[in-house]
Amino acid sequence: MGQTIAEKIFASHLRDMPTPGNMVLDLDVVMCHEITTPIAIMDLMDKGMDSVFDASKIKAVIDHVTPAKDSKTATQAKIMRDWAKRHNLKDFFDVGRNGVCHALFPEKGFIRPGYTIIMGDSHTCTHGAFGAFAAGVGTTDLEVGIYKGVCAFRVPKTMKIEVTGTMPNGVSAKDVILFIIKELTVNGATDMIMEFRGEVIDSFNMSSRMTLCNMSVEAGATSGICMPDRITAEYLWPFIKDEYKDIDEAVDNFTKLHSDDDAEYAATHTFDISNLEPQITYDFKPDKVKNIKEMAGDRIDQVYIGSCTNGRIEDIREAASILKGKTIADHVRGILTPATPAIYSQALEEGLIKIFMDCGFCVLNPTCGACLGMSSGVLAEGEVCASTTNRNFNGRMGKGGMVHLMSPLSAAAAAVTGVITDPRDLLP
Amino acid sequence: MKEFGGPTIFIDRDDINTDEIIPAKYLTEISKRALKEHLLEDLHLDNFDPLSETMQQAKVVVTRSNFGCGSSREHAVWAFEVNDINVVIGSSFARIFRQNMFNCGILAMELSEQDIESLFELQGDVSITVNMEKEELTAIANKNKIRCNFSLNTFDKKLVQSGGWLNYADKNY
Ligand code: SF4
Repeated sequence: MGQTIAEKIFASHLRDMPTPGNMVLDLDVVMCHEITTPIAIMDLMDKGMDSVFDASKIKAVIDHVTPAKDSKTATQAKIMRDWAKRHNLKDFFDVGRNGVCHALFPEKGFIRPGYTIIMGDSHTCTHGAFGAFAAGVGTTDLEVGIYKGVCAFRVPKTMKIEVTGTMPNGVSAKDVILFIIKELTVNGATDMIMEFRGEVIDSFNMSSRMTLCNMSVEAGATSGICMPDRITAEYLWPFIKDEYKDIDEAVDNFTKLHSDDDAEYAATHTFDISNLEPQITYDFKPDKVKNIKEMAGDRIDQVYIGSCTNGRIEDIREAASILKGKTIADHVRGILTPATPAIYSQALEEGLIKIFMDCGFCVLNPTCGACLGMSSGVLAEGEVCASTTNRNFNGRMGKGGMVHLMSPLSAAAAAVTGVITDPRDLLP
Repeated sequence: MKEFGGPTIFIDRDDINTDEIIPAKYLTEISKRALKEHLLEDLHLDNFDPLSETMQQAKVVVTRSNFGCGSSREHAVWAFEVNDINVVIGSSFARIFRQNMFNCGILAMELSEQDIESLFELQGDVSITVNMEKEELTAIANKNKIRCNFSLNTFDKKLVQSGGWLNYADKNY
């Protein structure tokens, strides 16, 4: 019987199997941010357990509210900062060097095919894009991860998601994943791994694969995962070039991780996306999705382009292609948050930031910001936001606010017209 | 081992997310106690008042499917814990929320939709007791009494017996 990629990773990291359905895995990376980690740190201190299993495997960032907006967030940041110093964490990212965790850590080369990764953040599944097993956990799991370097899971089954056809113009990875979530529903993949396969995924760059895996948790999945291939190896090359004689060797090595042809899946779904249209969420659940055309003309108040889903350079380029030479609607507040300093800097170099500013956008420093309604663009009661983020829960970006999730192209189109717009109408 | 059970409240909706259990604006708190007053304050549901007296006395929550979806915040579990709610019963849970409950040594119990339905049909004040040994749950309302069985994953049971995952891991790894 063959194995899936996830099963291969589990087998190589298995520390314990307390029951046949539960496994305890050794961890390669434990990632930390300032919202869920401080309580873990303080609890460990309280219990006299303030140590870390391996300082080189812990990656920490202050990203959710940064720079601090008030005394409480300043305290959270300080707890992280002091802790990082106390334990000599080399990979700790503070103001000026910090960015949204799920964009920053891949960019630093911390994520490798075959790794096991946890973080106290539900969108940790993003890193499955590299062929790693990456799962979001709570603070207690994080605490044990920091202290012992292990994490327990119910052994997840794998669901195969085959994406076939050719990507239509004006449609992006965000539209594909919104459509898949609509089909699976918000708990359709609970306790499962969504393995993304097929010619469309093979053609996706790492940015698109990250967008796809990022939202797998919105279908309830433990994680998303893609097969690591030449595209993965090329992205990682600056970090792995000393380990392999050439890219081919790295690709060969990655291929060993791929799911076997006779691997067993709990379910298989095939989606032909050749006729897919740009998608949008309505209502307060990420599986409430329809074709954007159906909502065209609905007024919006704010546009938010950023987050771990769509705050990367590719996303900014896409949005800029629509914004170039235009002005955003009078009543619209446009907000761009490049996800990391490197992305910001690249966008500056390419002249993209100027395009955003010239058309009336406000450009913020890298942070999660308004994505979770804590800072930098919170909505007022009754306001509507066209957003490239990943959650449209009631109150997510501010009490009484409505969030419509969409692609960067669609968000840019909405900024220009001031209403929900099919981006294909504005494509250059 | 801890005793589980007591006065029960009902949350009649699927897909209650952790933003509804504890809004993001309280994530800047660095003590669990600070969450006490804010449990479920953003949940808008007919006939549900997070400040009601029944809510103040509750030790058990009964709800529907996919409870605790969304953000991984363990604050959602702590918000229940600091309000002395140690049992959440539903037809299914989001993975991270369920794990967080057991990691804290408290119960996320899955029952069949049928059993959940019969709990919802009980009238008046309801009190639920949990017998961990017999894996049996008893719900008592005015004149009615319902009994149903549950089965806990052996590992989850061990976590509850150990008082949570940190204790268990500290001892075993
Ligand atoms: S950008 Fe939003 S979804 Fe992503 S990690 Fe930050 S708060 Fe979470």
